[in-house]
Amino acid sequence: MAANNIGGTKAKIKNIGTYVGLTLVFLLYMFPFIFILINSFKTKKEIIKTPLKLISDVGLNFDNFIKAYEKMDFTKAFTNSMFVTISSTVIVITLAAMTAYYFVRINNKIAKVFFALMVASMIIPFQAIMIPLVSIYGAKLGMLNSRVTLIFMHVGFSISMSVFIFHGFIKSNIPIALEEAAYIDGCTRTKTFFKIIFPLLKPTTATLVILNVLAFWNDFLLPSLVLTKEKLLTLPLSTYKFYGTYSADLGTIMAALVLTVAPVLVLYVFLQKYIISGVVSGAVKS
Amino acid sequence: MRIKDKKEGLKVFGIFALPGLFVFVAVVIIPFLYGLYLTFTDWNGISSATNLIGFNNYVNVFKDAEFWKSLLLTLKYVVCSVVLVNVVAFFLAYVLTSKLKGVGFFRTGFFTPNLIGGVVLGFIWQFVFSRVLVNIGSTTGIGFLSKSFLADPTKAFWALVIVTVWQTSGYMMLIYIAGFTGISADVLEAASIDGATGFQKLKRITVPLMMPSFVICIFLTLSRSFMVYDLNLSLTGGEPYGTTVMAAMHVYNKAFTSRQYGVGQAEALILFLMVAIISGIQIYLGKRKEVEA
Repeated sequence: MAANNIGGTKAKIKNIGTYVGLTLVFLLYMFPFIFILINSFKTKKEIIKTPLKLISDVGLNFDNFIKAYEKMDFTKAFTNSMFVTISSTVIVITLAAMTAYYFVRINNKIAKVFFALMVASMIIPFQAIMIPLVSIYGAKLGMLNSRVTLIFMHVGFSISMSVFIFHGFIKSNIPIALEEAAYIDGCTRTKTFFKIIFPLLKPTTATLVILNVLAFWNDFLLPSLVLTKEKLLTLPLSTYKFYGTYSADLGTIMAALVLTVAPVLVLYVFLQKYIISGVVSGAVKS
Repeated sequence: MRIKDKKEGLKVFGIFALPGLFVFVAVVIIPFLYGLYLTFTDWNGISSATNLIGFNNYVNVFKDAEFWKSLLLTLKYVVCSVVLVNVVAFFLAYVLTSKLKGVGFFRTGFFTPNLIGGVVLGFIWQFVFSRVLVNIGSTTGIGFLSKSFLADPTKAFWALVIVTVWQTSGYMMLIYIAGFTGISADVLEAASIDGATGFQKLKRITVPLMMPSFVICIFLTLSRSFMVYDLNLSLTGGEPYGTTVMAAMHVYNKAFTSRQYGVGQAEALILFLMVAIISGIQIYLGKRKEVEA
């Protein structure tokens, strides 16, 4: 018994040590966000003189937020980002699920060749394609500066991974007997797919929605090449532009960064379980 | 799906596969092939007259000292970030899979930086490096903090590595955690009964069994850090004095600033081939080391 007790105390001390260590590392991970937040309520002078101070002597000041919100046209940029992210995600999920379904069920030569092409293309980095992309869609077709073009490209770049993940899931989890029964009962192919198959793909769909939304929402390089007109800019683009114009205006910059980061973090607080499991299963599968 | 005849086969293909494949071909395959063609032309981005100039662009790539400098810097950055990210991530995962209460909270916290895009993170850290740390340095008298990291070439390079480790380690930690939880407790218990110490168990059982996680994580960190652009752009912007321009940024400037599209594209392809070869070797070597319990 005595020996057990000693072991217990030892383990407890070790646990406390681990918690202290973890908390310190945790604060280290959070401290950039914390400093941006506390400084967003200060004037430029205070930020330069006392960036470490939690709250300034004159209290919280929301002027920076009002100014940043107006100057970076936050509502517009936010709506643009929403529009591009949601449309791209819906389209890529639908097209990828249908293509993967075709690849699994038909599995003819075309299907095999294109599936191999898609898998192989997943290692091509965006930078290896961006120059010809701009040259084709800009100089040749004049299709830049359109949100539709951006959505089209988002879909093109993320469809391979989505098809790959759907393909694996359909192949091992969706019995063919199910859809044959529906087909014999007079369901058309499209109806069979959308009424019976697609709902069964839900876990994979959820993973892919999370991965694609995060990628589209935060994407910078591709949108910066496609969209240059001010009224079309997405949130990362308008933050970048704003930073370039107002870099001397520290308080406003802080507020702008908080405004950009806050929506994602608020969403994360509510959906953390789904986001984390989505990211893990996405990474492990591809 | 049973297909009755050729006509029906075409219809099914048209409905299910064609839309997705069309976008894929239009956005990935055609530009990729067209990019190969571009490397043999002197296109400058504006003129409609494009001449075939053979291997001139590739010759120019070899003469482009700035490119090789940026590539060398990128390699250094890749090595530093791959090692540090994975060490930190593995360590965090190891601690967070021991039976502690509240690990979910820490896991959530460490992953947070991954939700934000590189450009915004770069701006946030620019403030940290040039204001917060400098202020800490001057109030506490810690000499090496009192001047901004971003004003010194070597320190600016490390600033990029630090932010990369901070950003990516939470992601890799999740993959390592999945690896840790996949190891059956029986094997570890058997080892304990045989008298293995904690470190022995880690070295002889956990690490070999987690080879698949290492392969994924090293692949992801490798390919990501080779192509780093957003963070490079917003944190240092290549400064001070153009000493922190990484390969991806160099390619971007070559094409879109100097308007040498052919050379830029040739450099982009060389970069792509390097990443493909290095990660191919890495996956091959890693897979050979995989074992089963």
